[in-house]
Amino acid sequence: MADEKEIIVEYFKSKAKTKTKHYFKDFLELFPDKKPREVKKILSDLVKEGVVDYWSSGSTTMYGLKGLGKQEEVEEGEQPKD
Amino acid sequence: MKFETPLLDQLEQGPWPSVVSDIKQEAAHRAANPDGLDYQIPQDCCEDLLGLLELSYKDMETHWKHGGIVGVFGYGGGVIGRYCDQPEMFPGVAHFHTMRVAQPSGKFYSTKFLRQLCDIWDLRGSGLTNMHGSTGDIVLIGTTTPQLEEVFYQLTHEMNNDLGGSGSNLRTPAACMGMSRCEYACYNTQDVCYQLTEDYQDELHRPAFPYKFKFKFDGCPNGCVCAMARSDFAVVGTWRDDIKIDQDAVKAYVGGEYTPNAGAHSGRDWGKFDIQAEVIDRCPSHCMSWDGQKLTIDNANCVRCMHCIDTMPRALRIGDDRGASVLCGAKAPVVDGAQMGSLLVPFVKVEQPYDELKEIIENIWDWWIEEGKNRERLGELMKRASFQKLLEVTNTEAQAFHVKEPRNNPYIFFKEDEVPGGFKRDLADYRSRHQR
Repeated sequence: MADEKEIIVEYFKSKAKTKTKHYFKDFLELFPDKKPREVKKILSDLVKEGVVDYWSSGSTTMYGLKGLGKQEEVEEGEQPKD
Repeated sequence: MKFETPLLDQLEQGPWPSVVSDIKQEAAHRAANPDGLDYQIPQDCCEDLLGLLELSYKDMETHWKHGGIVGVFGYGGGVIGRYCDQPEMFPGVAHFHTMRVAQPSGKFYSTKFLRQLCDIWDLRGSGLTNMHGSTGDIVLIGTTTPQLEEVFYQLTHEMNNDLGGSGSNLRTPAACMGMSRCEYACYNTQDVCYQLTEDYQDELHRPAFPYKFKFKFDGCPNGCVCAMARSDFAVVGTWRDDIKIDQDAVKAYVGGEYTPNAGAHSGRDWGKFDIQAEVIDRCPSHCMSWDGQKLTIDNANCVRCMHCIDTMPRALRIGDDRGASVLCGAKAPVVDGAQMGSLLVPFVKVEQPYDELKEIIENIWDWWIEEGKNRERLGELMKRASFQKLLEVTNTEAQAFHVKEPRNNPYIFFKEDEVPGGFKRDLADYRSRHQR
Protein backbone atom coordinates (compact mmCIF):
# COMPACT_ATOMS: atom_id res chain seq x y z
CA MET A 1 0.00 0.00 0.00
CA ALA A 2 3.04 2.27 0.47
CA ASP A 3 3.34 2.80 -3.28
CA GLU A 4 -0.28 3.80 -3.61
CA LYS A 5 0.06 6.26 -0.74
CA GLU A 6 3.07 7.76 -2.45
CA ILE A 7 1.06 8.16 -5.67
CA ILE A 8 -1.67 10.02 -3.76
CA VAL A 9 0.78 12.33 -1.98
CA GLU A 10 2.54 13.05 -5.25
CA TYR A 11 -0.82 13.82 -6.86
CA PHE A 12 -1.61 16.35 -4.13
CA LYS A 13 1.77 17.99 -4.59
CA SER A 14 1.56 18.08 -8.39
CA LYS A 15 -1.77 19.89 -8.22
CA ALA A 16 -0.91 22.10 -5.26
CA LYS A 17 -0.42 25.26 -7.30
CA THR A 18 -3.91 25.24 -8.71
CA LYS A 19 -5.94 23.10 -6.35
CA THR A 20 -5.37 21.90 -2.82
CA LYS A 21 -8.62 20.05 -2.15
CA HIS A 22 -9.82 17.12 -4.21
CA TYR A 23 -12.97 15.11 -4.54
CA PHE A 24 -12.89 11.39 -3.80
CA LYS A 25 -13.57 10.76 -7.47
CA ASP A 26 -10.27 12.36 -8.45
CA PHE A 27 -8.43 9.56 -6.69
CA LEU A 28 -10.44 6.86 -8.41
CA GLU A 29 -8.93 8.10 -11.67
CA LEU A 30 -5.44 7.53 -10.26
CA PHE A 31 -6.19 3.85 -9.74
CA PRO A 32 -8.41 2.73 -12.62
CA ASP A 33 -7.94 -0.93 -11.72
CA LYS A 34 -8.92 -0.55 -8.10
CA LYS A 35 -12.42 -0.61 -6.67
CA PRO A 36 -13.61 2.53 -4.84
CA ARG A 37 -13.54 0.73 -1.48
CA GLU A 38 -9.85 -0.10 -1.93
CA VAL A 39 -9.07 3.52 -2.79
CA LYS A 40 -11.04 4.66 0.24
CA LYS A 41 -8.97 2.37 2.45
CA ILE A 42 -5.75 3.96 1.23
CA LEU A 43 -7.12 7.46 1.83
CA SER A 44 -8.51 6.50 5.24
CA ASP A 45 -5.07 5.17 6.16
CA LEU A 46 -3.46 8.43 5.10
CA VAL A 47 -5.97 10.29 7.28
CA LYS A 48 -5.15 8.01 10.22
CA GLU A 49 -1.44 8.69 9.69
CA GLY A 50 -2.12 12.42 9.75
CA VAL A 51 -0.90 12.97 6.18
CA VAL A 52 -4.28 13.81 4.69
CA ASP A 53 -7.16 15.89 6.07
CA TYR A 54 -10.85 15.81 5.36
CA TRP A 55 -12.24 19.17 4.31
CA SER A 56 -15.98 19.53 4.55
CA SER A 57 -18.37 22.33 3.68
CA GLY A 58 -21.02 20.52 5.65
CA SER A 59 -22.64 19.13 2.53
CA THR A 60 -19.63 18.05 0.46
CA THR A 61 -16.37 16.50 1.56
CA MET A 62 -12.98 16.85 -0.07
CA TYR A 63 -9.51 15.57 0.72
CA GLY A 64 -6.44 17.75 1.20
CA LEU A 65 -2.83 17.32 2.16
CA LYS A 66 -2.48 18.38 5.79
CA GLY A 67 -1.64 22.06 6.11
CA LEU A 68 -1.87 22.75 2.40
CA GLY A 69 -4.17 25.46 1.05
CA LYS A 70 -7.08 27.16 2.71
CA GLN A 71 -8.20 25.78 6.00
CA GLU A 72 -11.44 27.71 6.25
CA GLU A 73 -14.08 28.76 3.81
CA VAL A 74 -13.12 31.77 1.71
CA GLU A 75 -15.37 33.62 -0.64
CA GLU A 76 -15.13 33.25 -4.38
CA GLY A 77 -12.27 35.27 -5.84
CA GLU A 78 -10.66 35.76 -2.43
CA GLN A 79 -7.19 34.53 -1.63
CA PRO A 80 -6.80 32.29 1.41
CA LYS A 81 -4.91 33.80 4.34
CA ASP A 82 -2.31 31.04 4.55
CA MET B 1 -27.72 41.57 27.13
CA LYS B 2 -24.60 42.82 25.36
CA PHE B 3 -26.47 44.00 22.27
CA GLU B 4 -29.72 45.72 21.51
CA THR B 5 -31.81 43.45 19.29
CA PRO B 6 -34.88 45.38 18.12
CA LEU B 7 -35.28 43.37 14.91
CA LEU B 8 -34.95 40.00 16.64
CA ASP B 9 -37.35 41.13 19.36
CA GLN B 10 -40.09 41.31 16.73
CA LEU B 11 -39.67 37.58 16.20
CA GLU B 12 -40.85 37.04 19.76
CA GLN B 13 -44.14 38.80 19.20
CA GLY B 14 -45.92 36.12 17.15
CA PRO B 15 -48.11 33.41 18.63
CA TRP B 16 -45.45 30.71 18.20
CA PRO B 17 -42.52 29.66 20.37
CA SER B 18 -39.57 31.82 19.40
CA VAL B 19 -35.99 30.73 18.84
CA VAL B 20 -34.97 34.23 19.94
CA SER B 21 -36.65 33.76 23.33
CA ASP B 22 -34.88 30.40 23.68
CA ILE B 23 -31.46 31.89 22.94
CA LYS B 24 -32.12 34.78 25.35
CA GLN B 25 -33.12 32.29 28.03
CA GLU B 26 -29.90 30.33 27.54
CA ALA B 27 -27.86 33.57 27.46
CA ALA B 28 -29.37 34.61 30.82
CA HIS B 29 -28.77 31.12 32.23
CA ARG B 30 -25.13 31.15 31.20
CA ALA B 31 -24.66 34.66 32.62
CA ALA B 32 -26.14 33.59 35.97
CA ASN B 33 -24.30 30.23 35.92
CA PRO B 34 -26.37 28.76 38.78
CA ASP B 35 -24.49 25.44 38.64
CA GLY B 36 -21.08 27.10 38.86
CA LEU B 37 -19.82 25.50 35.65
CA ASP B 38 -16.35 26.15 34.34
CA TYR B 39 -17.60 26.96 30.83
CA GLN B 40 -15.22 25.68 28.21
CA ILE B 41 -16.33 28.09 25.49
CA PRO B 42 -17.08 31.80 25.96
CA GLN B 43 -19.80 32.29 28.56
CA ASP B 44 -21.42 35.05 26.51
CA CYS B 45 -21.53 33.10 23.23
CA CYS B 46 -25.33 33.15 23.16
CA GLU B 47 -25.33 36.94 23.53
CA ASP B 48 -22.84 37.22 20.68
CA LEU B 49 -25.00 34.88 18.65
CA LEU B 50 -27.98 37.19 19.12
CA GLY B 51 -25.83 40.21 18.24
CA LEU B 52 -24.60 38.50 15.08
CA LEU B 53 -28.10 37.48 14.06
CA GLU B 54 -29.35 41.02 14.61
CA LEU B 55 -26.54 42.31 12.39
CA SER B 56 -27.51 39.80 9.69
CA TYR B 57 -31.09 41.07 9.76
CA LYS B 58 -29.82 44.65 9.58
CA ASP B 59 -27.36 43.99 6.75
CA MET B 60 -29.72 41.50 5.10
CA GLU B 61 -26.85 39.10 4.51
CA THR B 62 -25.34 36.28 6.47
CA HIS B 63 -22.20 36.69 8.55
CA TRP B 64 -21.51 32.96 8.71
CA LYS B 65 -18.88 31.19 6.70
CA HIS B 66 -19.03 27.47 6.59
CA GLY B 67 -16.71 24.61 5.93
CA GLY B 68 -13.22 23.78 6.99
CA ILE B 69 -10.99 21.19 8.50
CA VAL B 70 -12.83 20.54 11.68
CA GLY B 71 -13.79 17.11 12.81
CA VAL B 72 -12.76 14.43 15.17
CA PHE B 73 -9.79 12.28 14.41
CA GLY B 74 -10.48 9.73 11.67
CA TYR B 75 -14.01 10.94 11.00
CA GLY B 76 -14.95 12.70 7.80
CA GLY B 77 -18.40 13.74 8.97
CA GLY B 78 -20.46 14.69 11.97
CA VAL B 79 -18.92 18.11 12.48
CA ILE B 80 -19.70 21.16 10.38
CA GLY B 81 -17.28 24.03 10.65
CA ARG B 82 -18.93 27.37 11.29
CA TYR B 83 -16.98 30.60 11.38
CA CYS B 84 -18.24 34.11 11.91
CA ASP B 85 -16.93 36.81 9.57
CA GLN B 86 -17.13 39.45 12.31
CA PRO B 87 -14.99 37.75 14.96
CA GLU B 88 -13.78 40.97 16.55
CA MET B 89 -17.29 42.22 17.16
CA PHE B 90 -18.58 38.82 18.25
CA PRO B 91 -15.65 36.82 19.67
CA GLY B 92 -17.96 34.38 21.43
CA VAL B 93 -19.06 32.94 18.10
CA ALA B 94 -15.85 33.40 16.10
CA HIS B 95 -15.67 29.60 15.90
CA PHE B 96 -19.06 28.07 16.46
CA HIS B 97 -19.09 24.58 15.01
CA THR B 98 -22.09 22.33 14.69
CA MET B 99 -21.98 18.72 15.84
CA ARG B 100 -24.41 16.12 14.57
CA VAL B 101 -25.17 13.25 16.91
CA ALA B 102 -26.99 10.04 16.03
CA GLN B 103 -30.49 10.03 17.45
CA PRO B 104 -31.84 6.89 19.10
CA SER B 105 -33.88 4.83 16.68
CA GLY B 106 -37.47 6.09 16.65
CA LYS B 107 -36.28 9.01 18.83
CA PHE B 108 -36.97 7.30 22.12
CA TYR B 109 -35.02 8.97 24.91
CA SER B 110 -34.48 8.31 28.54
CA THR B 111 -34.28 11.36 30.76
CA LYS B 112 -30.83 10.13 31.81
CA PHE B 113 -29.65 10.33 28.21
CA LEU B 114 -31.05 13.83 27.75
CA ARG B 115 -29.53 15.04 31.01
CA GLN B 116 -26.13 13.63 30.09
CA LEU B 117 -26.31 15.24 26.67
CA CYS B 118 -27.32 18.62 28.09
CA ASP B 119 -24.63 18.44 30.78
CA ILE B 120 -21.95 17.83 28.17
CA TRP B 121 -23.23 20.59 25.95
CA ASP B 122 -23.69 23.13 28.75
CA LEU B 123 -20.08 22.63 29.74
CA ARG B 124 -18.41 22.20 26.36
CA GLY B 125 -20.76 23.94 23.96
CA SER B 126 -23.20 26.80 23.76
CA GLY B 127 -26.01 24.90 25.50
CA LEU B 128 -28.11 25.39 22.36
CA THR B 129 -29.47 22.31 20.65
CA ASN B 130 -31.71 21.59 17.72
CA MET B 131 -33.93 18.61 18.45
CA HIS B 132 -33.93 17.53 15.68
CA GLY B 133 -32.20 18.54 12.46
CA SER B 134 -33.83 17.98 9.09
CA THR B 135 -32.07 14.66 8.66
CA GLY B 136 -33.44 13.60 12.03
CA ASP B 137 -30.29 13.71 14.10
CA ILE B 138 -29.54 15.60 17.29
CA VAL B 139 -27.85 18.87 16.38
CA LEU B 140 -25.57 20.50 18.91
CA ILE B 141 -25.11 24.12 17.90
CA GLY B 142 -21.89 25.97 18.59
CA THR B 143 -18.58 24.96 20.05
CA THR B 144 -14.90 25.61 19.48
CA THR B 145 -12.39 23.31 17.78
CA PRO B 146 -10.60 22.14 20.98
CA GLN B 147 -13.91 20.95 22.45
CA LEU B 148 -14.78 18.64 19.54
CA GLU B 149 -12.64 15.72 20.67
CA GLU B 150 -13.75 16.20 24.26
CA VAL B 151 -17.44 16.06 23.34
CA PHE B 152 -16.81 13.10 21.04
CA TYR B 153 -15.02 11.19 23.81
CA GLN B 154 -17.85 11.72 26.25
CA LEU B 155 -20.52 10.85 23.69
CA THR B 156 -18.83 7.59 22.76
CA HIS B 157 -17.38 6.51 26.12
CA GLU B 158 -19.98 7.75 28.58
CA MET B 159 -23.16 7.69 26.50
CA ASN B 160 -22.44 4.84 24.08
CA ASN B 161 -23.43 7.12 21.23
CA ASP B 162 -21.81 8.32 18.04
CA LEU B 163 -21.63 11.27 15.70
CA GLY B 164 -24.06 11.40 12.81
CA GLY B 165 -23.36 11.96 9.14
CA SER B 166 -22.51 15.10 7.20
CA GLY B 167 -20.60 15.83 4.01
CA SER B 168 -20.29 13.26 1.23
CA ASN B 169 -21.29 10.45 3.52
CA LEU B 170 -24.14 8.19 4.37
CA ARG B 171 -26.25 10.50 6.53
CA THR B 172 -27.65 9.48 9.88
CA PRO B 173 -30.32 6.90 9.02
CA ALA B 174 -33.80 7.65 10.35
CA ALA B 175 -36.85 5.55 11.12
CA CYS B 176 -40.36 6.13 12.35
CA MET B 177 -41.25 4.68 15.75
CA GLY B 178 -42.63 1.65 13.94
CA MET B 179 -43.72 -1.43 15.83
CA SER B 180 -42.89 0.08 19.20
CA ARG B 181 -46.13 2.06 19.17
CA CYS B 182 -47.85 1.85 15.84
CA GLU B 183 -50.26 -0.82 14.67
CA TYR B 184 -49.69 0.11 11.03
CA ALA B 185 -45.99 -0.80 11.04
CA CYS B 186 -45.38 -3.44 8.39
CA TYR B 187 -41.82 -4.21 9.48
CA ASN B 188 -39.48 -3.39 12.32
CA THR B 189 -38.25 0.02 11.21
CA GLN B 190 -36.18 0.65 14.31
CA ASP B 191 -34.32 -2.62 14.04
CA VAL B 192 -33.44 -2.25 10.36
CA CYS B 193 -32.38 1.37 10.94
CA TYR B 194 -30.13 0.38 13.83
CA GLN B 195 -28.73 -2.64 11.99
CA LEU B 196 -27.87 -0.72 8.84
CA THR B 197 -26.35 2.08 10.90
CA GLU B 198 -24.07 -0.51 12.50
CA ASP B 199 -23.30 -2.28 9.24
CA TYR B 200 -22.47 0.87 7.32
CA GLN B 201 -20.27 2.64 9.88
CA ASP B 202 -17.53 3.10 7.33
CA GLU B 203 -19.89 4.81 4.89
CA LEU B 204 -21.19 7.05 7.70
CA HIS B 205 -17.82 8.27 8.86
CA ARG B 206 -15.41 8.00 5.96
CA PRO B 207 -16.59 9.89 2.91
CA ALA B 208 -16.30 8.17 -0.46
CA PHE B 209 -19.55 9.16 -2.11
CA PRO B 210 -20.08 11.79 -4.82
CA TYR B 211 -22.45 13.58 -2.42
CA LYS B 212 -24.82 12.85 0.45
CA PHE B 213 -26.84 9.63 0.64
CA LYS B 214 -29.84 9.11 2.89
CA PHE B 215 -31.76 6.07 4.06
CA LYS B 216 -35.09 6.44 5.73
CA PHE B 217 -37.47 3.80 6.99
CA ASP B 218 -41.21 4.30 7.14
CA GLY B 219 -43.22 1.51 8.69
CA CYS B 220 -46.28 2.19 6.56
CA PRO B 221 -47.33 4.44 3.68
CA ASN B 222 -48.40 7.18 6.11
CA GLY B 223 -44.70 8.02 5.97
CA CYS B 224 -43.98 9.61 9.34
CA VAL B 225 -40.31 10.15 8.40
CA CYS B 226 -41.31 11.12 4.86
CA ALA B 227 -38.86 8.61 3.39
CA MET B 228 -40.19 8.69 -0.15
CA ALA B 229 -39.86 12.46 -0.36
CA ARG B 230 -36.48 13.04 1.20
CA SER B 231 -34.25 10.02 1.05
CA ASP B 232 -32.20 8.54 -1.74
CA PHE B 233 -33.21 5.10 -0.57
CA ALA B 234 -36.66 4.90 0.96
CA VAL B 235 -38.07 1.76 2.53
CA VAL B 236 -41.80 2.15 3.02
CA GLY B 237 -43.89 -0.51 4.71
CA THR B 238 -46.68 -2.16 2.73
CA TRP B 239 -48.63 -5.43 2.51
CA ARG B 240 -49.40 -7.84 -0.31
CA ASP B 241 -52.75 -9.29 0.74
CA ASP B 242 -56.06 -7.60 1.46
CA ILE B 243 -56.99 -4.85 3.90
CA LYS B 244 -58.81 -6.56 6.76
CA ILE B 245 -62.35 -5.32 7.24
CA ASP B 246 -64.49 -5.61 10.38
CA GLN B 247 -67.94 -4.91 8.92
CA ASP B 248 -69.51 -4.46 12.36
CA ALA B 249 -66.97 -1.80 13.24
CA VAL B 250 -67.65 -0.05 9.90
CA LYS B 251 -71.32 0.10 10.87
CA ALA B 252 -70.35 1.43 14.29
CA TYR B 253 -68.45 4.29 12.62
CA VAL B 254 -71.41 4.98 10.35
CA GLY B 255 -73.77 4.89 13.32
CA GLY B 256 -71.62 7.34 15.28
CA GLU B 257 -70.63 4.79 17.90
CA TYR B 258 -66.92 5.18 17.13
CA THR B 259 -65.20 8.52 16.61
CA PRO B 260 -63.59 8.73 13.16
CA ASN B 261 -59.88 9.51 12.73
CA ALA B 262 -59.30 8.11 16.21
CA GLY B 263 -60.49 11.41 17.58
CA ALA B 264 -58.10 13.57 15.57
CA HIS B 265 -59.40 16.82 14.02
CA SER B 266 -61.97 16.96 16.84
CA GLY B 267 -61.34 20.63 17.62
CA ARG B 268 -64.40 21.62 15.64
CA ASP B 269 -67.81 20.14 14.82
CA TRP B 270 -67.61 18.44 11.44
CA GLY B 271 -71.13 17.08 11.66
CA LYS B 272 -72.21 13.46 11.45
CA PHE B 273 -69.66 11.03 10.01
CA ASP B 274 -70.41 10.54 6.31
CA ILE B 275 -68.64 7.40 5.08
CA GLN B 276 -69.44 8.16 1.44
CA ALA B 277 -68.01 11.68 1.49
CA GLU B 278 -65.21 11.12 3.96
CA VAL B 279 -63.94 7.72 2.91
CA ILE B 280 -65.39 6.25 -0.29
CA ASP B 281 -65.19 9.42 -2.40
CA ARG B 282 -61.75 10.23 -1.02
CA CYS B 283 -60.21 7.00 -2.25
CA PRO B 284 -57.72 8.10 -4.94
CA SER B 285 -58.16 4.94 -7.01
CA HIS B 286 -61.92 4.66 -6.39
CA CYS B 287 -61.51 1.09 -5.27
CA MET B 288 -64.04 1.21 -2.43
CA SER B 289 -67.80 1.00 -2.25
CA TRP B 290 -70.43 1.13 0.50
CA ASP B 291 -73.95 -0.15 -0.07
CA GLY B 292 -75.32 0.92 3.29
CA GLN B 293 -74.59 -2.47 4.85
CA LYS B 294 -71.26 -3.66 3.56
CA LEU B 295 -67.94 -2.03 2.75
CA THR B 296 -66.13 -3.56 -0.23
CA ILE B 297 -62.54 -2.92 -1.30
CA ASP B 298 -61.08 -3.87 -4.66
CA ASN B 299 -57.65 -4.54 -3.16
CA ALA B 300 -55.89 -5.02 -6.50
CA ASN B 301 -56.49 -1.35 -7.20
CA CYS B 302 -55.59 -0.04 -3.74
CA VAL B 303 -52.70 2.43 -3.95
CA ARG B 304 -51.95 2.34 -0.20
CA CYS B 305 -52.92 5.95 0.48
CA MET B 306 -53.91 4.87 4.02
CA HIS B 307 -56.81 7.34 4.18
CA CYS B 308 -59.53 4.76 4.84
CA ILE B 309 -57.46 2.98 7.48
CA ASP B 310 -56.55 6.26 9.18
CA THR B 311 -60.20 7.36 9.19
CA MET B 312 -61.63 4.09 10.52
CA PRO B 313 -58.76 2.40 12.36
CA ARG B 314 -61.05 0.12 14.37
CA ALA B 315 -62.74 -1.18 11.23
CA LEU B 316 -59.86 -1.49 8.78
CA ARG B 317 -56.46 -3.06 9.32
CA ILE B 318 -53.41 -3.47 7.16
CA GLY B 319 -53.00 -6.94 5.61
CA ASP B 320 -51.06 -9.79 7.17
CA ASP B 321 -48.48 -10.46 4.44
CA ARG B 322 -46.26 -7.54 5.31
CA GLY B 323 -43.02 -6.13 3.98
CA ALA B 324 -41.91 -2.96 2.25
CA SER B 325 -41.55 -1.13 -1.04
CA VAL B 326 -38.21 0.39 -2.01
CA LEU B 327 -38.16 3.78 -3.71
CA CYS B 328 -35.04 5.51 -4.95
CA GLY B 329 -33.88 8.98 -5.82
CA ALA B 330 -35.85 11.50 -3.77
CA LYS B 331 -34.08 14.77 -3.14
CA ALA B 332 -34.40 18.52 -2.61
CA PRO B 333 -33.23 20.90 -5.34
CA VAL B 334 -29.53 21.58 -5.84
CA VAL B 335 -28.00 20.39 -9.11
CA ASP B 336 -31.43 19.48 -10.43
CA GLY B 337 -34.97 20.10 -9.21
CA ALA B 338 -36.68 18.39 -6.30
CA GLN B 339 -38.04 14.95 -6.98
CA MET B 340 -39.91 12.19 -5.20
CA GLY B 341 -38.62 8.64 -5.03
CA SER B 342 -39.29 6.24 -7.89
CA LEU B 343 -40.58 2.77 -7.11
CA LEU B 344 -37.87 0.20 -7.68
CA VAL B 345 -39.01 -2.85 -5.71
CA PRO B 346 -42.75 -3.09 -5.04
CA PHE B 347 -42.46 -5.65 -2.28
CA VAL B 348 -39.65 -7.11 -0.27
CA LYS B 349 -39.85 -9.01 3.00
CA VAL B 350 -37.84 -6.94 5.47
CA GLU B 351 -36.36 -9.56 7.75
CA GLN B 352 -33.08 -9.98 9.55
CA PRO B 353 -30.29 -9.96 8.51
CA TYR B 354 -31.71 -7.67 5.81
CA ASP B 355 -29.48 -9.12 3.11
CA GLU B 356 -31.99 -8.42 0.34
CA LEU B 357 -32.05 -4.73 1.19
CA LYS B 358 -28.30 -4.56 1.60
CA GLU B 359 -27.72 -6.15 -1.77
CA ILE B 360 -29.83 -3.47 -3.47
CA ILE B 361 -28.11 -0.71 -1.51
CA GLU B 362 -24.62 -1.92 -2.30
CA ASN B 363 -25.35 -2.40 -5.99
CA ILE B 364 -26.67 1.16 -6.11
CA TRP B 365 -23.62 2.51 -4.31
CA ASP B 366 -21.21 0.70 -6.65
CA TRP B 367 -22.94 2.29 -9.63
CA TRP B 368 -23.34 5.75 -8.13
CA ILE B 369 -19.76 5.97 -6.85
CA GLU B 370 -18.46 4.94 -10.27
CA GLU B 371 -20.80 6.94 -12.50
CA GLY B 372 -22.08 9.79 -10.34
CA LYS B 373 -20.58 13.23 -10.90
CA ASN B 374 -19.36 15.23 -7.96
CA ARG B 375 -22.34 16.65 -6.03
CA GLU B 376 -24.77 14.54 -8.03
CA ARG B 377 -27.43 12.77 -5.97
CA LEU B 378 -28.73 9.34 -6.89
CA GLY B 379 -31.97 10.85 -8.21
CA GLU B 380 -30.03 13.05 -10.59
CA LEU B 381 -27.93 10.16 -11.81
CA MET B 382 -31.11 8.15 -12.37
CA LYS B 383 -32.43 10.99 -14.48
CA ARG B 384 -29.20 11.42 -16.43
CA ALA B 385 -28.38 7.77 -16.98
CA SER B 386 -32.00 6.50 -17.10
CA PHE B 387 -34.13 4.44 -14.77
CA GLN B 388 -33.39 1.49 -17.03
CA LYS B 389 -29.77 1.65 -15.94
CA LEU B 390 -30.83 1.55 -12.29
CA LEU B 391 -32.83 -1.58 -13.04
CA GLU B 392 -29.78 -3.08 -14.68
CA VAL B 393 -27.36 -2.40 -11.84
CA THR B 394 -29.79 -3.69 -9.24
CA ASN B 395 -30.54 -6.82 -11.31
CA THR B 396 -34.21 -5.89 -11.39
CA GLU B 397 -36.40 -7.03 -14.24
CA ALA B 398 -38.35 -4.18 -15.81
CA GLN B 399 -42.07 -4.31 -15.11
CA ALA B 400 -45.02 -2.16 -16.04
CA PHE B 401 -45.01 -0.20 -12.79
CA HIS B 402 -41.48 1.00 -13.57
CA VAL B 403 -42.81 2.86 -16.60
CA LYS B 404 -43.50 6.49 -15.81
CA GLU B 405 -44.86 7.54 -19.20
CA PRO B 406 -45.16 6.15 -22.73
CA ARG B 407 -41.90 6.33 -24.65
CA ASN B 408 -41.34 9.47 -26.71
CA ASN B 409 -38.32 8.06 -28.56
CA PRO B 410 -39.33 5.68 -31.37
CA TYR B 411 -35.92 4.02 -31.50
CA ILE B 412 -35.14 0.96 -29.47
CA PHE B 413 -31.51 0.25 -28.80
CA PHE B 414 -30.94 -3.39 -28.12
CA LYS B 415 -27.89 -4.81 -26.48
CA GLU B 416 -26.22 -7.72 -28.21
CA ASP B 417 -27.21 -10.21 -25.53
CA GLU B 418 -30.86 -9.16 -25.86
CA VAL B 419 -30.98 -10.16 -29.54
CA PRO B 420 -31.32 -13.86 -30.42
CA GLY B 421 -28.09 -14.85 -32.15
CA GLY B 422 -26.39 -11.56 -31.28
CA PHE B 423 -25.36 -8.92 -33.84
CA LYS B 424 -23.23 -11.26 -35.99
CA ARG B 425 -24.87 -12.71 -39.05
CA ASP B 426 -24.04 -15.26 -41.67
CA LEU B 427 -23.32 -13.07 -44.71
CA ALA B 428 -23.28 -16.02 -47.14
CA ASP B 429 -26.71 -17.05 -45.91
CA TYR B 430 -27.93 -13.48 -46.30
CA ARG B 431 -26.52 -13.23 -49.87
CA SER B 432 -28.20 -16.48 -50.77
CA ARG B 433 -31.47 -14.64 -50.35
CA HIS B 434 -30.49 -11.06 -51.32
CA GLN B 435 -28.54 -9.99 -54.43
CA ARG B 436 -25.87 -7.32 -54.18
